[in-house]
Amino acid sequence: MKPTLHFLSDSLAQQIIDEAFHTLCTLGIEIQDNTLLSLLAERGATVKKESSRVIFTEDIINNALKDVPSTFCLYDIHGHQTHDFSHANVHFTPGSSALHITDKEGIKRKPMTADYIQYVKLMTRMDHIASQSTAFVPDDVNEQIADSYRLYLSLMFGSKPVVTGTFSEKSFDIMKSMQIVIRGSEVALAEKPLTIFTCCPNTPFKWTDETITVLTACAKASIPIELVSVPMTGFISPVTLAGTLILHTVENLSGLILSQIVNPGTPVLYGGCASVYDMRHSTMSMGAVESMMLACGSAQIGQTLGLPTQAYIALSDSAHLDAQAGMETGMGAVMAATAGISNISGPGIHDFLNSFSLEKLILDNESCAMALRAAKGIEPKEDFPAIPLFEELLKETHLLISDHTRRHFKKEILFPGPVIDRSNSLTRTASPPTLMERAHSEVRRHLHAYEAPALAEDKRQELMRLMKAEAARHGQEHLPNFSDTE
Amino acid sequence: MNILQKLSEAIQQGDDRLAASATQKAIEQQLQAAEILNNGLIAGMDIIGQRFRDMEIFLPDVLMAARAMHAGMDVLKPLLLQAGVESRGKIILGTVKGDLHDIGKNLVAIMLKGAGFEIFDLGVDVEAGRFIDAAVKEKASIIGLSALLTTTMPAMKEIIDLLKERGLSDQIKIIVGGAPLSQESANTMGANSYAKDAASAVETIKAMMV
Ligand code: B12
Repeated sequence: MKPTLHFLSDSLAQQIIDEAFHTLCTLGIEIQDNTLLSLLAERGATVKKESSRVIFTEDIINNALKDVPSTFCLYDIHGHQTHDFSHANVHFTPGSSALHITDKEGIKRKPMTADYIQYVKLMTRMDHIASQSTAFVPDDVNEQIADSYRLYLSLMFGSKPVVTGTFSEKSFDIMKSMQIVIRGSEVALAEKPLTIFTCCPNTPFKWTDETITVLTACAKASIPIELVSVPMTGFISPVTLAGTLILHTVENLSGLILSQIVNPGTPVLYGGCASVYDMRHSTMSMGAVESMMLACGSAQIGQTLGLPTQAYIALSDSAHLDAQAGMETGMGAVMAATAGISNISGPGIHDFLNSFSLEKLILDNESCAMALRAAKGIEPKEDFPAIPLFEELLKETHLLISDHTRRHFKKEILFPGPVIDRSNSLTRTASPPTLMERAHSEVRRHLHAYEAPALAEDKRQELMRLMKAEAARHGQEHLPNFSDTE
Repeated sequence: MNILQKLSEAIQQGDDRLAASATQKAIEQQLQAAEILNNGLIAGMDIIGQRFRDMEIFLPDVLMAARAMHAGMDVLKPLLLQAGVESRGKIILGTVKGDLHDIGKNLVAIMLKGAGFEIFDLGVDVEAGRFIDAAVKEKASIIGLSALLTTTMPAMKEIIDLLKERGLSDQIKIIVGGAPLSQESANTMGANSYAKDAASAVETIKAMMV
């Protein structure tokens, strides 16, 4: 049996959805886009032009829910399937868009191209994290190309699909062109999605023109979208968890409608980044247990609506790679995996979504492995009847070389990497390596073992040409040289 | 307890009705407008600010106090105008071009208002020139800039440069804030000040006014 973590009773989940429907059909949402306003009016919505507010009808919501695919797949740069979001399958992806990198000394600094390339190389070797994300923003390129440049490096050095987004709608075209280079054509890209683009409503109850432009462009190209409403309890959403989930559902459903109106069948992840707003420190705490409950709760709403899901969880507020970081990330990972969240965004990130650490990524990869293991649950494997094996045990006094053991031990039991201390030897060493040292030596080992994905030379050249042209357009004649950064 | 202490208490308790009536009583007792403002309303808010920094109270307590302060201010305003007492200072606030994040900036605005400053909030995605035009128009001595994206931080430097270009950097000071900023990046871009959160923004701005 797969264990399932639920924070909402079925009736409460339904009540939240009903209330969200009612809100959409009464209070409505602000949508800063005239084309969409007209399309919605044609479908029977009441549009208040002066305030750009749209009052929906139940039909509009239900039609969107009918049109949206109940699942979709992602494919790596070679076109091999890596993700299937059906059947409550669970995947991890690193947290995204950090402002800083935390280095092995625990010092926060601006990330550079070299850091990003190391990150992408590491990601090719993180077995339990299925996709890349555009995890942080290299500071050594013009900020106008910050978003496209990250995707470029991810495609040049990595192979896994990429969870990404734009900082400005102006970057969308180049980011789409890069994907078309990889797939060969727009049709091939639509058939085998390579990226997911994050689209956030502006809480409370607003879609800004900039985000709509990106959402619309994604939908037209059938590029999957993750809808990420970002409420904060007691600040821009009700302080109660159920109340925040109602607001979250309203915002996500409105985004879902927009995506399906532009192009019915656009793949969507029902996502979320609801957090506790800490009333003492004025921070948005992603490590708070209630934020984790909101992530699982919002995913449960998405599941109830029949959609694949996403949430920001399995990350930490801690500024360092310390016990708090491990506790919050590990706890979130297990909760998210057992809640069946399809795409869990978090590993590697810490410091309130602001910083990324390669060493933390190594540790988190192990948390993901454990969480994925836990989510598989306990299944019988040649365990009935039990007596023959017990007789063998009594006769041999151990089962170490039993056929049963040898058949099952590698699948039944997870063997973590060296960053997790199972050796019981560290305690006997005079100055045992710290967690940071163990994680850092794993970073070095993986970087050393990195093998570049075999991206065809003509595609590499074309990606480079596109990126150089985009950089030049923004006044940057030279991009950082890869050979200087490796 | 004299009436100003009562007023300060009302602020600390976040009781807007009591704050308004205590202000009224203070006026009836012929106290000077400036005295009521400084030793009653602002005195109460200062204590609240300190208790918040000491983590004795929570943000809603501060905001309730700010609301009570406004209730008192509304009663006092005609007198302040008559007496020519200026507010604690005028501040232009906004999120820079290309950036839509305003939660933090709004909090800074609420806290500054609570501390007795007059705030002109220009909203989000604000063009460089608008900040400066607003500061000139309102005769504000401080512009507060917010940015949450690495990609929009450079817009802050543009505003600082533009201020210099217009020869106004002696009269108008710039304070910057937002998650990607630090004291170091604020120095590099040539801002006069930086504050990491709303509570310290109030303290820093008070110091800038001296
Ligand atoms: C909420 C949020 C949003 C909301 C904003 C809603 C709103 N109305 O503001 C929404 C969902 C719309 C949003 C959108 C986006 N966001 Co956003 N967002 C956040 C988030 C999670 C929290 C920000 C926040 O409100 N914090 C709570 C407040 C109280 O704190 P604060 O803002 O830091 O403010 C305090 C201090 O900084 C200071 N302060 C702030 N301003 C000022 C000004 C002055 C003068 C002073 C003195 C002090 C000061 O005092 C404040 C109060 O204490 C941050 C992550 C983070 N931890 O910061 C990401 C984050 C900033 N966003 C990010 C991104 C990538 C985006 C998007 C590009 C996502 C996308 N692909 O669409 C878009 C960009 C939209 C745009 N053009 O601006 C990234 C930035 C990455 C980068 N390297 O630049 C972050 C870091 C998250 C992440 N890791 O991905 N976001």
